[in-house]
Amino acid sequence: MDTINVKDKDAGATLAAGDELRMETVGLSVRYGTGNYGIRDVSMAVADKRVTALIGPSGCGKSTFLRSLNRMHDLAPDITVTGQAFLDGEDLYAPDMDAVLVRRRVGMVFQKPTPFPTKSIYENVCAGLRLVGVNKKATLDEAVERSLRGAALWDEVKDRLKTPGGSLSGGQQQRLCIARALAVEPEVLLMDEPTSSLDPNATIRIEQLIHELKEQVTIVIVTHNMHQAARVSDYTAFFYVGELVELSATKEMFLKPREKKTEEYLTGFFS
Amino acid sequence: MKLRTRFLRDRLMLAGLGLLTAVVVVPLFIIIFYVVANGFSALDANFFTQELGSPARAMQGKPTGLVASIVGTLLIDLAALAMALPFGIGTGVMMSEYREHPFAPIARLMVSTLNGMPAVLMGLTAYALVVKNTGGFSGMAGSVALAFVMVPIIARTTESVLTVTPWALREAGLSLGLPRWKVTLSLVLPAARTGIITGVLIAFARAAGEAAPLLLTSFGNNFLSFDLSKPMDSLPQRLYSLAISPYKQWHALGWGGAIILLLFVILTFFIGRVAVARLEKRMKG
Amino acid sequence: MGPAQKSAAAALPRAFRGPGDRVFKYAIVGLSSAVVALALVMAVVIYIEARPTFKAFGYLSFLTETTWDPVKSIHGALPFIIGTFVTSFAALALAAIPAIAVAIFTSEYAPKWLAAVINYTVDLLAAIPSVVVGLWAIFNFAPLMRDAVYMPIYLWAEASAPWLATMLGAPSTFNMTTGTIVLALMIVPYTVALSRDAIGQVPRDQREAMWALGATKWEVIRQAVIPYARTGIAAGVLLSLARALGETMALAMLIGNSNRLPFTLFGPAATMPSLIINEFREAVEPLHYSSIMAVGFYLFIITIGINLVTSFVQRKLYMGRGMV
Repeated sequence: MDTINVKDKDAGATLAAGDELRMETVGLSVRYGTGNYGIRDVSMAVADKRVTALIGPSGCGKSTFLRSLNRMHDLAPDITVTGQAFLDGEDLYAPDMDAVLVRRRVGMVFQKPTPFPTKSIYENVCAGLRLVGVNKKATLDEAVERSLRGAALWDEVKDRLKTPGGSLSGGQQQRLCIARALAVEPEVLLMDEPTSSLDPNATIRIEQLIHELKEQVTIVIVTHNMHQAARVSDYTAFFYVGELVELSATKEMFLKPREKKTEEYLTGFFS
Repeated sequence: MKLRTRFLRDRLMLAGLGLLTAVVVVPLFIIIFYVVANGFSALDANFFTQELGSPARAMQGKPTGLVASIVGTLLIDLAALAMALPFGIGTGVMMSEYREHPFAPIARLMVSTLNGMPAVLMGLTAYALVVKNTGGFSGMAGSVALAFVMVPIIARTTESVLTVTPWALREAGLSLGLPRWKVTLSLVLPAARTGIITGVLIAFARAAGEAAPLLLTSFGNNFLSFDLSKPMDSLPQRLYSLAISPYKQWHALGWGGAIILLLFVILTFFIGRVAVARLEKRMKG
Repeated sequence: MGPAQKSAAAALPRAFRGPGDRVFKYAIVGLSSAVVALALVMAVVIYIEARPTFKAFGYLSFLTETTWDPVKSIHGALPFIIGTFVTSFAALALAAIPAIAVAIFTSEYAPKWLAAVINYTVDLLAAIPSVVVGLWAIFNFAPLMRDAVYMPIYLWAEASAPWLATMLGAPSTFNMTTGTIVLALMIVPYTVALSRDAIGQVPRDQREAMWALGATKWEVIRQAVIPYARTGIAAGVLLSLARALGETMALAMLIGNSNRLPFTLFGPAATMPSLIINEFREAVEPLHYSSIMAVGFYLFIITIGINLVTSFVQRKLYMGRGMV
């Protein structure tokens, strides 16, 4: 991790002492078929076993950036990604790197809960494991319990694992999706506004969960709510019109932001 | 499972799906190829100007043609369209603009039922209603049967086109103090014009290719006739008779007729499609 | 409406009030009730025409009677019901997998331009009149199949597996297998279009959720797309079955028209619509005529039945969606 060569800005330098670098992007740009940039030349660091929040006004590129961390943009034929994104020093966009493997190591939770409606709770959690041919019942049972416990859902659903995933409440569905992502033991978990479609109680649940999860996994979360960023994250990155304006320790950013733009945003000067 | 195995399976599935797609698509080109290859030589001036007459005429090499079928098709189809239009569009308006009316769900159910009905049953109905009561097979009975075929298609497409017309348009009209009928006739229907025309053309193309209802109603006529109250010839029904006839010369005429019918139907279909494309473009732009 | 509004309405120019709304509504209701009446009239008219047959043979015995002999005035619909169901289900079995494959290929794998070309072609296939397909099959497909496929199989079976040969039957040019294959070709476009719609309704986020777990493209289709779309696809397949049951001309031209059971694979047979087309114009005896109408009446009932089952499946589909 200490052998990474960072071209211009040394993004790693902004990490606090004692935190290790897990992911890093260098000059990452995402361009749409129309020629517009979704994000432009973003160089940023993600600390290991920490929560990094991405904030900024809507359309600023924070989701676009998040989705470039596990190559979700590969799915859209008219989007081109340039630059590099490293996970443990390996470039995820290297020609011999396969997107399927990348997504296995970098999991994702979406804005809207996306349980597979025809699969049971149990099978929802197993979905990722079954893909790689894990079919032994004991192994699956164990993984399901571990993941559901990890997602703080086990006690609520342990007696009805065979019911469809769609029968849960919105907040439960989102935790089910988190459990599904955890089951394959990803190294990094990306969360794209995971609470935006949930009620306040469910939101608090998920925020608590994020706190607990960072013991095991590195988390990058996009949020449209800067209070949420302040509550859950260790680092905060502020995006504006497709560019990374500032990456700081969360406390630092909210107390005394380095950039004027950041301050304007945080004080509600624009939104 | 190894990643390589999974990728291999992915590729295999792609190959299988591509192969099956070819199996579905290729017959279309085979059919069109044969129709064009066999039918083109039958198309000459006589084909478009002469009556079919008796088989002897063809056997003796005298000029024969399908003018009666072509003229009859146009007459029967246009008469059917004229009958079907008000009912089809009216029912479409009912289902979309008066959805609060207790009648709307019944209309919707019946339209979907009629849409699934085999056209041959439309023929039986038209026979019992028209042929039996007017004393004989007639072009008009065929038009009625084809109108039965067209109405549910027109109604359904009209409904779906009207449903996607923005509600703001109606609200704008009503807020100006326009009565509902005026909003429907002078704002909503014109806005949905292209889509409705497409639906009408699709219904027309579908009905124009139907042979079964016509065999039971307009019967066919080897000689040219412009009288809708008498038996009348039409291309689909004539193609059937030619194909199952024992005469080689008539088979050739059949291939020629197939080209004309295919062109007629595909052209109608194509115009409809182009209208859709233009509509979509306008909605985007 | 308060008095203030009323007077405001009265102040509008004449063209803006008047009886227009009521007249227009009556016109619309009138036009659409004619369409509603049509569905009922169809049932009633065909039933009335068929009544002599029901009187003579009974509703059920007409269905189970195996003889159809206009000369002896014995009419039973069983051969045609068997012919219709066998050809329709067999055609559906032939068409369903390729059709779903086309839908998956165009919506998931093919680049946009290719998907557009394929969809256009399939829609075109739906637009070809069945009488044109029948004409092609009479002169090209049917003789080719008889000489190149059925004959060798039959000769082989006769020599080495006589029990199979009796099942196959002596190959005739126009037979049940040829009819079924062409029937499959006729319904494929509908199955494609309806499966395509069902797959198109699968939300993007379902696919992305599967991608994000590290799935390959096929795994996304198998695990996320097909399970989500399966009810819609099932409804589409059922609607295609209704199409197959009612498809008339291609079968009337190709199936060979034999009213006598048992049908063999390579021998002639008949279906309900093919019987109507082939005998209606020659039905001079009143009982013959009414029996054809009775066959039509049962075809009507079967079609309604399938429509009902389909709308039931579709309703279940929407209820299932509501839960998500």
